[in-house]
Amino acid sequence: MATFKDFRNKVKPNWCPGCGDFSVLAAMQRAFANLGNEPEDVAIVSGIGCSGRISGYTNAYGFHGIHGRALPIAQGLKLANRDLTVVAAGGDGDGFAIGMSHTIHAIRRNVDITYIVMDNQVYGLTKGQTSPRSEMGFKTKSTPKGSIEATIAPLEMALTAGAGFVAQAFSSDLKQMTHLIEEGLKHKGFSLINVYSPCVTYNKINTYDWFKESLISLDDVEGYDPTNRMMAMQKLMESQGLVTGLIYQNKERQSYEDLIAGFEETPLVKQDMKISQANFDELVAEFA
Amino acid sequence: MIKQLSWKVGGQQGEGIDSTGEIFSTALNRLGYHLYGYRHFSSRIKGGHSNTKIRISTQPVGAVSDDLDVLVAFDQETIDLNAHELHDKGVILADEKFNPKVPDDISARLFSVPFIKIAQEVGLAQMKNMVAVGASSSLLGLPLEAFQSVIEEKFSRKGQQVVEKNMQAIKEGADFILKETGEPLAELTLEPSDGKKRLYMIGNDAIALGAVAAGVRLMAAYPITPSSEIMEYLIKTLPKFGGTVVQTEDEMAAISMVIGANYGGIRSLTASAGPGLSLMTEAIGLAGMTETPAVIVDTQRGGPSTGLPTKQEQSDLNAMIYSTHGEIPKIVIAPSTVEECFYDTIQAFNLADKYQCPVIIVSDLALSLGKQSVEPLDYNRIQIDRGRLITEADGLKELANSELFKRYELTEDGISQRVIPGVKNGLHHVTGVEHDQVGRPSENPLNRKQMMEKRLQKLAGPIDFQDPVFIDAKHEEADLLIVGINSTRGVIQEGMERLEKDGIKVNHLHIRQVLPFPTEQVEPLVAKAKKVIVVENNATGQLTNQLRLHVGMLEKIKHVGKYDGNPFLPAEIYHECKELFAHGHV
Ligand SMILES: Cc1ncc(C[n+]2csc(CCOP(=O)(O)OP(=O)(O)O)c2C)c(N)n1
Ligand code: SF4
Ligand SMILES: [Mg+2]
Repeated sequence: MATFKDFRNKVKPNWCPGCGDFSVLAAMQRAFANLGNEPEDVAIVSGIGCSGRISGYTNAYGFHGIHGRALPIAQGLKLANRDLTVVAAGGDGDGFAIGMSHTIHAIRRNVDITYIVMDNQVYGLTKGQTSPRSEMGFKTKSTPKGSIEATIAPLEMALTAGAGFVAQAFSSDLKQMTHLIEEGLKHKGFSLINVYSPCVTYNKINTYDWFKESLISLDDVEGYDPTNRMMAMQKLMESQGLVTGLIYQNKERQSYEDLIAGFEETPLVKQDMKISQANFDELVAEFA
Repeated sequence: MIKQLSWKVGGQQGEGIDSTGEIFSTALNRLGYHLYGYRHFSSRIKGGHSNTKIRISTQPVGAVSDDLDVLVAFDQETIDLNAHELHDKGVILADEKFNPKVPDDISARLFSVPFIKIAQEVGLAQMKNMVAVGASSSLLGLPLEAFQSVIEEKFSRKGQQVVEKNMQAIKEGADFILKETGEPLAELTLEPSDGKKRLYMIGNDAIALGAVAAGVRLMAAYPITPSSEIMEYLIKTLPKFGGTVVQTEDEMAAISMVIGANYGGIRSLTASAGPGLSLMTEAIGLAGMTETPAVIVDTQRGGPSTGLPTKQEQSDLNAMIYSTHGEIPKIVIAPSTVEECFYDTIQAFNLADKYQCPVIIVSDLALSLGKQSVEPLDYNRIQIDRGRLITEADGLKELANSELFKRYELTEDGISQRVIPGVKNGLHHVTGVEHDQVGRPSENPLNRKQMMEKRLQKLAGPIDFQDPVFIDAKHEEADLLIVGINSTRGVIQEGMERLEKDGIKVNHLHIRQVLPFPTEQVEPLVAKAKKVIVVENNATGQLTNQLRLHVGMLEKIKHVGKYDGNPFLPAEIYHECKELFAHGHV
């Protein structure tokens, strides 16, 4: 059986030392191994950004696509082969700016994939511009006087879009993050895991220390019930999204694949492509 | 008796114009006539004038006719807008109810038929369409039994009585006309057909059927005119084969999903029109760079921007050839008949798999929505060739610790083995970033050069597409070569016949493979023609410029464009060519 080391490859990440994405990579590799996956059964589809490089740093099948489109690529892949474990991964710009509509619609659609967002509240790869996750007043190259646009609240948004699995992790807490990724992978349907993954180079506000002070773990909140959507919404709103843990899960909601009429357990890719003469004749008869 | 005629039915959109045309033409198809149908519609759902014009012939036909023999009018607007098409001996069948008036300068004969009244007497006012069908049939001398099977299929769900009532409405419509005329009108009576069985379908149906035959089980698309019928057909059909259609949030999602699905090893397609194609551009580049097969259908309509969404145009050629940034291998093929829509779509998937690149099937509104008689489709011509695709671990050498599969191995023809996720010992990376042979990002200049050359090499030679051009060249040396693409094939053929009658030696070349351009096939024909006219539905001569670019001979290649939203008529081809030819402006 594969261990997390089997999900490592020889490529040395070109992330800055201290970048939060290192732990996300490690947690993901552990989660794959802990669930008994083999590298060839896993495919990671990533976006463009520092975070998007993650597929290239994992020993598994990886597809590094274009900015903002990791989710539709991942959904197409999963529909082609539902035996695969498919993870989409990328940055906050990727998922909540250029790819925002795919995020909302992937949640609505509920194809059984796991989406990990490495949320550093800034654009890392393009060297520090504001992101939809940046706080009001956040000063960057593109907002020298501070951001004057409201911060997006992705998890509240996910809940209103009908998400069946919403979690949030923090890069420093490898154990909780690994557990949440495992839960996300096990969840039947779309799972969203937003990870506070500090950018040590371009975000001097939302730093490791800042998060350590600001975050509350739901694991420590007595009486918190992740099956209660109203409670989830309230918690997110009162904490301004500064919580970690499993925020909401609805195990009843059926996945897209399960709802497609006649969609078989056997993956499409393993089915016979050729139609029979009898089927063909029947199709053609409609036009006679 | 005549060999061919044109019939048109018109009225307010949503009033059953389509189903009238549908029933009439299905019966004619079953009788063995060759048909060509074209719908004129606007981007409104209800209201607004709409009509369907059907050409009926004992010979193959591929275009709408210049004139009209029979006009069925459900309102005065239909007469006002279309009567000028009628020739002197033409006939108007109009509902007596709106007190039809024929404009003074029109000499066509008017029959005021109580469509609605007869229908009401039979049972239901809506059956006025059937009365019109019956009246038309007796003008043309058609046997009414031809409608029995059509009506049964359409209405048997609603019970035998409904079938009988509809047949009765047809018969009473026919009887009414016979009483007026005494006997079928000789100038409108069709010669018997060859009675052969054919299909009658629109290009979009043929494309969709071709996709099913090619093994497609997943379509991702966003609705747009005039491509939606492809999606609708597959929504109806794919579930029978375990597949499905995803209506995505936009075209970027659609093409990305198609890329993901193809990467996963299945065949998947998307279809759109100009606006959607524009949105897909970046992702098409990704397919090219990652060498992922992807089939995209572009049903061209009037551009730019929202343009003329329900009208004919051929103005996306430049976008299809050039729009992606950077340089990728890409194939663009252009079927020119409904039959070709079917076989070419199957080929498109084989090409995408073989060359591991995006393939665009370009159609245009007239081809996608125009309805044509099609010779029976041949099951035995359905070949599925997946190229160098590996779906099983058998035969793959074991990868040592973190070693990767050479997905982008440098080969002589540039084509590498493609292994799909899930296969042991096939691990590799895929990225839109320039990469090395295992798919790892690389900025090494030598590697960059090799990889660019590898990708472009795949399409450097002649590609495996059957008949990249359609050639009808009776003359070794021609006075004139007419060149076209997509739906104009039939109309050029007709224009050519007329020019030939005037003693002009004309050859016809239709471009079926746009990219890579089939210079080898095109050049000799251009060289052996005194003058070349490229006929296309656009203003700037996009195909003309391709010809000039690839074969040179600029001074003899001229452009005849039409961009008012309507397809060319045979007479227009004739006059435009004649004019250019006679005045030596060519
Ligand atoms: C269509 C397109 N527009 C812009 C870019 C440039 N670009 C690359 S990554 C990126 C933003 C990265 O931010 P984020 O998604 O948050 O990822 P991070 O680098 O922070 O991990 C931008 C704007 C691009 N690659 N493609
Ligand atoms: S710039 Fe920021 S996000 Fe990018 S690698 Fe460096 S620390 Fe990480
Ligand atoms: Mg970011």
